[in-house]
Amino acid sequence: MDLTDSPEDGAFRLKVRAWLKANVPKRSDQDRSMEVTDPRRIARAKAWQRKLHDAGYLAMGWPKEYGGQGADVMRQTIVNEEMVRARGPQIIGMMGIQMVGPTLITHGTEEQRQRYLPQILTADEIWCQGYSEPGAGSDLASLKTRADLEGDHFVVNGQKIWTSNAQYADRMFCLVRTDPHAPKHRGISYLLIDMKSPGVTVRPLVQMTGDPGFNEVFFEDVKVPRENLVGHLHDGWTVANATLFHERNMLSSTTRTQMLFDGLVRRARATTRNGKPASEDPVVRQRLAELSIAVETRRLEAYRQLTETLRGHPAGIAASVNKLTTCELNHQIGRAALEILGPGGWLHRSDREAIDGGLWPLDFMFALGLIIGGGTAQVQKNIIAERGLGLPKEPRPA
Amino acid sequence: MIDFALSSEQESLQQSARDFLAKECPPLLIRDCAPLEDGVPRGLYREMGALGWMGVLVPEARGGLGLGALELAALCEELGRVAAPGPFLSTQLVIAALLRGGSPGLQRAWLPRLMAGEAFGALAYADDGAGHDPAGVTLHASRARGGFVLSGKKPLVLDAPGADLVLVAARTKAGRGADGVTLFAIERGHAGFHVTPHAGLDITRRLGTVTLRRAHLGHDAVVGGEGKGGALLARLLDLACLGIAADSLGGAAHTLAMALDYAKVREQFGRKIGSFQSIKHLLAEMVADVEPARSLVWHAAYAAGRSPRERARAAAMAKAALSDIYSRTARRSVEIHGGIGFTWEFDLNIWFKRAHLSESLFGDPTWHRERVATIDGY
Repeated sequence: MDLTDSPEDGAFRLKVRAWLKANVPKRSDQDRSMEVTDPRRIARAKAWQRKLHDAGYLAMGWPKEYGGQGADVMRQTIVNEEMVRARGPQIIGMMGIQMVGPTLITHGTEEQRQRYLPQILTADEIWCQGYSEPGAGSDLASLKTRADLEGDHFVVNGQKIWTSNAQYADRMFCLVRTDPHAPKHRGISYLLIDMKSPGVTVRPLVQMTGDPGFNEVFFEDVKVPRENLVGHLHDGWTVANATLFHERNMLSSTTRTQMLFDGLVRRARATTRNGKPASEDPVVRQRLAELSIAVETRRLEAYRQLTETLRGHPAGIAASVNKLTTCELNHQIGRAALEILGPGGWLHRSDREAIDGGLWPLDFMFALGLIIGGGTAQVQKNIIAERGLGLPKEPRPA
Repeated sequence: MIDFALSSEQESLQQSARDFLAKECPPLLIRDCAPLEDGVPRGLYREMGALGWMGVLVPEARGGLGLGALELAALCEELGRVAAPGPFLSTQLVIAALLRGGSPGLQRAWLPRLMAGEAFGALAYADDGAGHDPAGVTLHASRARGGFVLSGKKPLVLDAPGADLVLVAARTKAGRGADGVTLFAIERGHAGFHVTPHAGLDITRRLGTVTLRRAHLGHDAVVGGEGKGGALLARLLDLACLGIAADSLGGAAHTLAMALDYAKVREQFGRKIGSFQSIKHLLAEMVADVEPARSLVWHAAYAAGRSPRERARAAAMAKAALSDIYSRTARRSVEIHGGIGFTWEFDLNIWFKRAHLSESLFGDPTWHRERVATIDGY
């Protein structure tokens, strides 16, 4: 058992850290959100991604022939972790790099790879994910957006919802129904749609934080060339499932949680309660220690899962457990901070007296969004119980 | 190189312990021990001695396995899984103390018997109403001809009724803090030394109150140096936290496995109860609780060989978390079992009570969270 970097990995980490120190732009914390609308911020975010790409710190896990770094899990982890530690801006093309890119590498045609992968890396094309629909949330496979094959193209009609970044995305990877008569998982296809196609309408939705983040996307007789199909016709469910988020980001997400927690401790020390720092209140100390133990558990779990991956063992249900516990933990850290802050915690970030830039209630609410998004907590529990524990599936209605 | 997992040797030790205990330590054995005043299954301990487990921490040159805290934790986890009765952990604490601070005479007299599973130990550290650290020791040891005289009481000492050698923490110098604390090794039957066994609800372990009435002890009974026992005691308490945490991990995993097995066979409303989301989600929460906690146990074992601060922090975290998790998991398991889970005949109650006694031993979660807060300097 060893929790230290090898000399080579340690040297690599120092190199990454030094590069980030010299290159991470000075900026306000508000740039941390991917959910931006201001064109100048989008341009800045794209420039940052290009800079990372040029330096060789982007798409660490992609094969070299497609412009990635071909790095092992350890190196991928180091870059992710250092990026968070350096408070590097979010990578605007994340959906492309983490989801559609790997999908094309495993399931796409060579033409699709050549056409799309370079633009993903350079942020020249930003992708969004067209999965959820008004009637298909947790029951994603019941989606209804139709794509009818007519000669050399599909005609798409329907609606997607909660589509993050659609307001500025250039392309969407989208699940559509191509066979309405097949059982629901077997009539779905995976299509790549140009967001500038005639018939695509994007309508922004405002999140509870007040930020525009996700959108509704409407399709009205949208023509999509047949070569934009990924994998086989009607086999989109397999394609989509093959490249769900990997636990490879686990350590970077726990580093983020650690930083959030460190902020909470600073806040507890700096806030006076009954004439003393809140951090001296025995009840607050209990709460802080409880959260600290939970944060430490996530950090150690990341090392354990990293080790499992390096040893070539399958991840099992760890990704679901990670999602369930980390999102909840982030939410609880935010809650603890808001309890310490009292009414001042709920000042809008535009208020001159907003504490820590008014970020605590935003982080708190944002974490709640992530408890729901990407597979709700309840869906994760079903996955853990059915796939992990082998419990019987919910009986299907006859 | 990051490598946070057991080695293949460690894994095979744990697996062989698991296989052995599944056969040799069934619930019937636990129930057979219930009426015994000392609660020690002698046959099982002799076998564990023969397997080398009792000497897991003892260097090979002295007849032990020469292994470390990780292997000890692996054994504790498996013993916890079967709710093994008897003084395994307490005996390990006494062995660890003798190895670090026992005179050659004490070591010669006791290590072979303790390692053979023929003699047992207990650690009597906490005074009535005191905390679980060296600073809380108040029992007074006064100087006398040829050594010291001890008078006082150590209430509710784990495994004292079966102990042949008890380590008693006393204060040989007035004051507070860890300074001035001395550990004494006292043999069963020593004049002025007495253990009163208690009737407990956890049938797997025994508590006893240790009473000292002008017990005379020579310098050769001192373990770890006169007035210098504080650091050793702190180390032993961290080791105890690791042992209880590992035991709790095994026990929690077992109560979870019992609930899972039951949910797959029990039918109500014409369905397996495990097909209801109310039960599924409860079981998923139990897994999400128990499985990641293994990392805390491993880390506490890893940190046992590092700085006292790192060691204490990891031990406190593991003890706090695993105590909560074991009690919570056992309770949820009883709930999933329904009425049968509440009966004496069904074995689950053995683990339920072990969970709750373990939670209170060597400092409860509240105590250890405050330790974490202090170590991290909130």
